[in-house]
Amino acid sequence: MLHINNLHARINGNEILSGVNLKVQPGEIHAIMGPNGSGKSTLAQVLAGREAYEVTEGEVLYEGKNLLELDPEERAREGVFLAFQYPVEIPGVSNTYFLKAALNSIRKHNGLEELDAVEFLKLIKQRMKIVDMDESLLSRPVNEGFSGGEKKRNEIFHMAVLEPKLAILDETDSGLDIDALRIVADGVNKLRRKDNAVIVVTHYQRLLNYIVPDFVHVLMEGRIVKSGTKELALELEEKGYDWIKVASDSTLATA
Amino acid sequence: MMKQSTEQTPWYQSNFALFEKNLNGESSSRLHAMRMEAMARFTEMGFPTTKHEEWRFTNVSPIARATFQPSFQSDAAGLSSEDVERMSFGATHRLVFVNGHFVKELSSIGPLPGGVIVGDLASALKGNDELAHGSLGKHASIQENAFTALNMAFVQDGAFIYVPQGKVVEEAVSLLFISTGSTHRYIAPRNLIIVGDHARVTIAESYLSLANHGSLTNVVTEITAGENAVIEHDKLQNESPQAYHIASLHVHQKEKSNFISNSIAIGGGLVRNNVTSILDGEYAECTLNGLSVANGMQLIDNHTTIDHAKPNCPSHELYKSVLDGSSRGVFNGKIFVRKDAQKTDAKQTNMTLLLSDEATMDTKPQLEIFADDVKCTHGATVGQLDADQMFYLRSRGIGTTLAADILTFAFASDVVNRVHVDGLRGQLEALVHAKLGKGRER
Ligand SMILES: Nc1ncnc2c1ncn2[C@@H]1O[C@H](COP(=O)(O)OP(=O)(O)OP(=O)(O)O)[C@@H](O)[C@H]1O
Ligand SMILES: [Mg+2]
Repeated sequence: MLHINNLHARINGNEILSGVNLKVQPGEIHAIMGPNGSGKSTLAQVLAGREAYEVTEGEVLYEGKNLLELDPEERAREGVFLAFQYPVEIPGVSNTYFLKAALNSIRKHNGLEELDAVEFLKLIKQRMKIVDMDESLLSRPVNEGFSGGEKKRNEIFHMAVLEPKLAILDETDSGLDIDALRIVADGVNKLRRKDNAVIVVTHYQRLLNYIVPDFVHVLMEGRIVKSGTKELALELEEKGYDWIKVASDSTLATA
Repeated sequence: MMKQSTEQTPWYQSNFALFEKNLNGESSSRLHAMRMEAMARFTEMGFPTTKHEEWRFTNVSPIARATFQPSFQSDAAGLSSEDVERMSFGATHRLVFVNGHFVKELSSIGPLPGGVIVGDLASALKGNDELAHGSLGKHASIQENAFTALNMAFVQDGAFIYVPQGKVVEEAVSLLFISTGSTHRYIAPRNLIIVGDHARVTIAESYLSLANHGSLTNVVTEITAGENAVIEHDKLQNESPQAYHIASLHVHQKEKSNFISNSIAIGGGLVRNNVTSILDGEYAECTLNGLSVANGMQLIDNHTTIDHAKPNCPSHELYKSVLDGSSRGVFNGKIFVRKDAQKTDAKQTNMTLLLSDEATMDTKPQLEIFADDVKCTHGATVGQLDADQMFYLRSRGIGTTLAADILTFAFASDVVNRVHVDGLRGQLEALVHAKLGKGRER
């Protein structure tokens, strides 16, 4: 589904990604962990098409297509979804209006009929339940004045409405209280299908108790330096990242 | 091209002479004495140039060079009451003016509380209404602004609204000013609005053109707000792209009065709106909101003055512009805080969204504070659409054009939403939407 080969990306002249390799198959859940500033959000944003980042080397294939050639909106319409680490506030645009515009843009692209107001309302009422969204957040401007946790929950609500094939969740767990974390994680699980994939970026093993990953990767200094199964997350929780750094440095030395 | 009067007497003088000839005995009235004084004052001042501090960014030489034709009589212009009903958002009370003159057949006034007057100024002045005569020119001085003098020189008609003490006019009063015809008309309505203590009223002035011609609308509105009076004044300027529109709104507020102005400018070629409010009683509150939506070669200039003359008055100001094409915007926001006006709380915000590289904005706050215990804040931003917001919308599948439209409309509707009159707000939303859409199709 997603093949990232030797991806290099820079911003303002600084190289942030220095050769990322990653393969994601349909139905899989991948967790990406790594220290602050290691490039996790950069990777997520590059995949979503943020133009501020310049890709200098490597390629990304998504369902066989060159993802990097597509505009952000085209990627979204093809099923790529990014839940932002810092969801953006859009004053003056109601959450429902925004979602309707998004969903209908995606549907149109896929040859489906646009939903009218009634059908759309029915759909969102149903999807709200998946993440136990407070109804009052629907009519409010997108993310404006939302609490940190409400913003994160809203991102997953958007995901529930847009039903992406590849969802990238950038620290969706940070800012959520214990109950909300479980609800949101349950929501993500409910949205799982055998042809969908999820990449979760997180700092905490706790989330991975709920959203159980098939693979865990460690991103450091712009590269994936270690991959493993869910046990790796436990090990990281216990030992931190230093030991990996050492190990990878020594591999480099002997290579 | 417009005719140029080189050697001849300027149009305002020759027409003034003509005007006087047709007055039939009214020429000795005290009203006419005011007109003559105003004409003399205007002749002395002439049209302002960009050397005047108040007109630095707005060059009115196209107006000064042109010849205009004042209209001296009423004309229904083939309009039906359905037409005007639509234009005045189905308002219960509407006064219709064509080329500055009241058209009774097109107007309609619903039931009003006893003592409330909603009518035309011409009748009030003819009927020697003491209040109308006494209020004319009370707040709008002919000494400083040449256009105010020129308005007074030809003063004939406009709205006259009087809400006595304690009376509440529930439904908004729509004042519809329609310009028509093919000549370069000079249209100079004069509106007097007097609101007594504890009285309430909402007034919406709308300016529309039926034809594309370079008319000059030069309007002056004077509002007196009594103690505890509550007034909302909404204004829509949507004349043709050739039109010149100069407007001055003068408000005088007494203790604990609350005045809200929402000024939306969409049409016109050269537009200048002056809004001045004097907070002349403690705890009076003033809110001035404005929105300009311009494209092509339009110039929309907003000059506001809030004069805090007494202590404990809050004022809030939000002016926004959306500028596309080669349009230009001007905002000048004066705030005076007089020596006695302690505990003044004044907030001014001016925000501009530039949709093209050719569009320009000149913005200037002007705070003159003579009291020491006051809170005054002001901020101005000029910029393009926010990149983070654009990316967020696009990353959810919304295309660039729609994303830009959504954000632009949201920016503009922030002001439109402050209009409390439902019908008018709906009309404004549609107009703003249509104008923004048109700009994009360029
Ligand atoms: N606009 C920018 N200009 C310069 N450096 C930037 C810019 N944006 C990001 N960076 C840098 O890129 C690096 C990677 O940032 P990124 O947000 O991808 O980290 P992260 O792994 O998501 O961290 P966190 O766990 O704190 O979210 C950081 O050092 C950051 O300062
Ligand atoms: Mg991050």
